[in-house]
Amino acid sequence: MTPPHRRPRLVGLVALGGGVGSAARWAVTVLVPDATTGGWPLATLAENVVGAFLLGWLLEALSRRGRETPRTRRVRLTLGTGVLGGFTTYSSLALETERLLAGGDAAVALGYVAATLVGGTVACVAGIALGGRGRGADRRPAADRASSVPASREAR
Amino acid sequence: MTSLLLVALGGGLGAAARFVLDGEIRSRTRGGFPWGTFTVNVLGSLVIGVVAGVILAAGAAEGPAAVARLEPWRLALATGLCGGFTTFSTATVESVRLARSGRLRLALANTLGTLVVTVAACALGVAVTTAIL
Repeated sequence: MTPPHRRPRLVGLVALGGGVGSAARWAVTVLVPDATTGGWPLATLAENVVGAFLLGWLLEALSRRGRETPRTRRVRLTLGTGVLGGFTTYSSLALETERLLAGGDAAVALGYVAATLVGGTVACVAGIALGGRGRGADRRPAADRASSVPASREAR
Repeated sequence: MTSLLLVALGGGLGAAARFVLDGEIRSRTRGGFPWGTFTVNVLGSLVIGVVAGVILAAGAAEGPAAVARLEPWRLALATGLCGGFTTFSTATVESVRLARSGRLRLALANTLGTLVVTVAACALGVAVTTAIL
């Protein structure tokens, strides 16, 4: 049984999603240049927090439907691993922080990373909470639900 | 339009590479710590540091025109490839999952460890590149 990450079609879906997500991320950085926000990397902050919210929501909504099927896996890989993985970025966060520190702006750097980590975590938890509701959500008692996807297989 | 394509292509390639590498690492590691995501984030941050270092060095040596000439490379490699290769959303979900399953220390290790090591890797990339060039 070939693992997903060695299947060309699934890798292709991730690539497609990643291209879309990265393009969207770039569009945001163009629309929200750092100069207009007093040196704060607001664009990256917004992208990462929104992306964390959406991924929390997506994965929870998918897992609530029960065991992963080929179709829901394609959705997870394209939208989650691909689009949201492409939309969010750790490299920009790292570089922006490094530049702030190199420029002597330690306080701004600290504020920026704190806002990102705290904001991202809170957003993710909120997304998970919202993902557990709505249409398609399995409202049966946990014991009756089909076993959900093992945690280690998600969020790739 | 060209900028968009450069970013999209780099980002698509980066995301695919992340998916593959993360999968390979996962299949070889045990325990709760998300080594796959951690690795791609650190590696991507090192590379973006190198790209930034190249641009900084070019700017210092040849001025703003040189920096402008490198913009397509920056878009493709930094914004695109590194941006697609690394991921904040997955790292966050993994930390939240660890915390919710009671593995708080691993969650903190992932959150803080990823931050510290990626910034350090980036700084290393910048430092080494600007020193060499």
